Amino acid sequence: MLNQKLKLNTKIFNSDVEKKSTRLGFGEGLLIAGTQNENIVGLCADLVESTKMNLFADKFPDRFIELGIAEQNLASVASGMASMGKIPFIASYAIYSPGRNWEQIRTTICFNGEPVKIIGTHAGLSVGPDGGSHQCLEDIALTRVLPNMVVISPCDAIEAKKATIVMSKTKSPTYLRCARNDTPIITTEETPFEIGKAQIVFQPENGLAQLGIIATGPSVYNALIVAKNLESEGIKVKVMNLSTIKPLDSDAIMALAKETKKIVTVEDHQIAGGMGGAVAECLAQNYPTRIEFVGVKDKFGQSGIPEELAKYYEIDQEAILRAVRKILK
Amino acid sequence: METLNDNRIKELQIIANNIRKSIINMLYEAKSGHTAGALGMADIFTYLYFEALKHQPENPFWPDRDRLVLSNGHICPVLYATMAHAGYFPVEELNTLRKFSSRLQGHPHREFLPILETSSGPLGEGLSQAVGMAIASRMERGIDKKIYCLLGDGELNEGQNWEAIMLASKEKLNNLIVIVDRNFIQIDGSTEIVMPMGDMLSKFKEFGWNGEQINGHDLIQINHAIYNAKNNKERPYVIIAKTIPSKGVKEWEGNYKWHGIAPSKEEKDMAIKELEKLVSSF
Repeated sequence: MLNQKLKLNTKIFNSDVEKKSTRLGFGEGLLIAGTQNENIVGLCADLVESTKMNLFADKFPDRFIELGIAEQNLASVASGMASMGKIPFIASYAIYSPGRNWEQIRTTICFNGEPVKIIGTHAGLSVGPDGGSHQCLEDIALTRVLPNMVVISPCDAIEAKKATIVMSKTKSPTYLRCARNDTPIITTEETPFEIGKAQIVFQPENGLAQLGIIATGPSVYNALIVAKNLESEGIKVKVMNLSTIKPLDSDAIMALAKETKKIVTVEDHQIAGGMGGAVAECLAQNYPTRIEFVGVKDKFGQSGIPEELAKYYEIDQEAILRAVRKILK
Repeated sequence: METLNDNRIKELQIIANNIRKSIINMLYEAKSGHTAGALGMADIFTYLYFEALKHQPENPFWPDRDRLVLSNGHICPVLYATMAHAGYFPVEELNTLRKFSSRLQGHPHREFLPILETSSGPLGEGLSQAVGMAIASRMERGIDKKIYCLLGDGELNEGQNWEAIMLASKEKLNNLIVIVDRNFIQIDGSTEIVMPMGDMLSKFKEFGWNGEQINGHDLIQINHAIYNAKNNKERPYVIIAKTIPSKGVKEWEGNYKWHGIAPSKEEKDMAIKELEKLVSSF
C-alpha cells in the first residue's frame, strides 16, 4: 500500500491518473524561485520553450540570457555569473548539457564549486521518436562522478518543482534530470521533499517486506504498479523513490537491504554508472546484497513510441516483474 | 588620457624585470612548468596590476574590484609572481609552485588560492567566464567594474571562444577587455603551421568587436590601448598584443621549445644574470 505518511496522490493507481512532465515542473519551480530571489538568472541555448524556461524568461526578461546554440559557453558563462553572486540556472537537453559540455561543467562549475544549477531535459528513452541521438542515457553517470555535484532525478512534476525551489537555495552545483513526456503524478504538494532523502513510497500493510524496489525518475510509477500487482499476489514489497542520487541516502538504502536482502533497481538510463550502480557501490561496501538492475544494457536507443522502446530495451513494467521473479526464485 | 612619464615607465620596467626573475627562479625550483608565455606576458601583467586594475591587494575580496581572468592558465607563473610583487602574498611563497599542498598549483586552482577569480588550465573556457562576469556586473547598477580576460593566441583554436565572442558582441559588453597574447607559438610549433589564425584582429572585428594591435612589450602602447579599451562604447574591446616568447632572455626568445619546460641550474643562472644586466638600459 502507499505510504500514508507521505500524502501521495491517492489516484495514482487509477487509469485516468493526472499526467504532467517533469520539465514543466522545473519550469514552474523556476518561476516561483525567481520570484523569491532576484539573484536567480536563467540561461538557455536556443531551447527556451522545450526546456520550459520560457515561464521564467517571459516574467523576468532582464534576468534571462539567450546564448544561441552554444552549450559549452552556456556552462562557463553561468560559472562567471555565479562568481559575481548570481544563482544561474542553465537549461538544455541532457544530451547537450551535461553531455556536450561535460568538461566545462567539471572545470568551470564543479572545480570552482560555483552554485550553477544544470537542468537536463529530454533525458532517457522516453524522448521517443526523436531517436537514439537525442535519448540521453548517460547523464547520471556523467554528473555523479563529479566532486561537489548534487544529482537529482525527480519522480514527477510536483517533485521536480519542489526540487527546483530547494536547489535554488543551496550553494552546491546541482544537476536536475528531467524528462520530456507527461508522466503520472505520484506525489502531492503536501509530500515532503528534502535533498539527500530517499522515500519509501509503497510498503506492505503489515510485516516485513521480502523485496525492495529502488527506482528513480518517472520509472517510480512503473515500480509502483508492479508493487501493487505483487501485493495482490501476497508478495510483500517496498518501493523506494531515490530522487537524490548524489549525495546518496545510504542509511535508507542499507535499511531497505537489511530488511529485504533483495533489491531491484529501476531507471531510464544505462545500467553502467547509473542510479543502480550508485546503490551497488553503497551496498557492496556496507551490506552486500543481491541486486537485479533494470536499465538500458549498454545500447543506444532508436525511434519509436516511448512504450515500445521501454519494452524493447527492457525497462518497462514487465521487465521489472521479470527481475522480481528472478530475484525471488 | 593619463600619460606614463619616463620615471613611471622606468619603475614599471624594473618591476617587470623583477617579475621575470621571480618567474625563472620559481620554475627552476618547480623543475617543470611553462617558461616562454610567462616571460612574454610580464610587461602586460605588470601594467595591469600596477597601473590598470582597480583593486586592493590587502583586501582581495573587495566587491567593487575589477576582475582579471587568466584563461591560458599554464602561464600562471607570471600571474603568481605579479600578484606576489603587488602584495597579495609573500614573494617567498613563489618557491612552492607546483609542490604538494601549495597554494600555487601547477595550473590556477581557486580552491587552493581563493583570491583567484577562477581556476583555469583547460583552454578555451576563460572568455566565457569573463563574459558571464561582465553580464552579471552590468546587472548590478552602480559601480562600473571592468572585466579583463587574458587569452593565448593558440587557445583561440578552441571553438568555445568564438561562442563567447559572439555573445559578448550580442550583449554589447563594453565593460569587457580582452588581451590576446599573440606570440605565434603553441605546443606543436608555430601557430601559423599548427592552425593558421591569420589576421586575428579582423576576425574579432568581423564578430562585432572593437580593438587594436600593439607591441605587448611597449608600455606606452599598452597604456594607450587600455585607455582606448576603458573608454570604448557599445562593444567589447580586444587588444592583440604581439609578444616575444621568453622575452628578456635572448637565447630563449622566440623558441617554442620553451613553451612547456623549466630551466636547469645553469640556464637559470645565465638568465638571471642577463636580466640583471638589462636594468642599466631602462
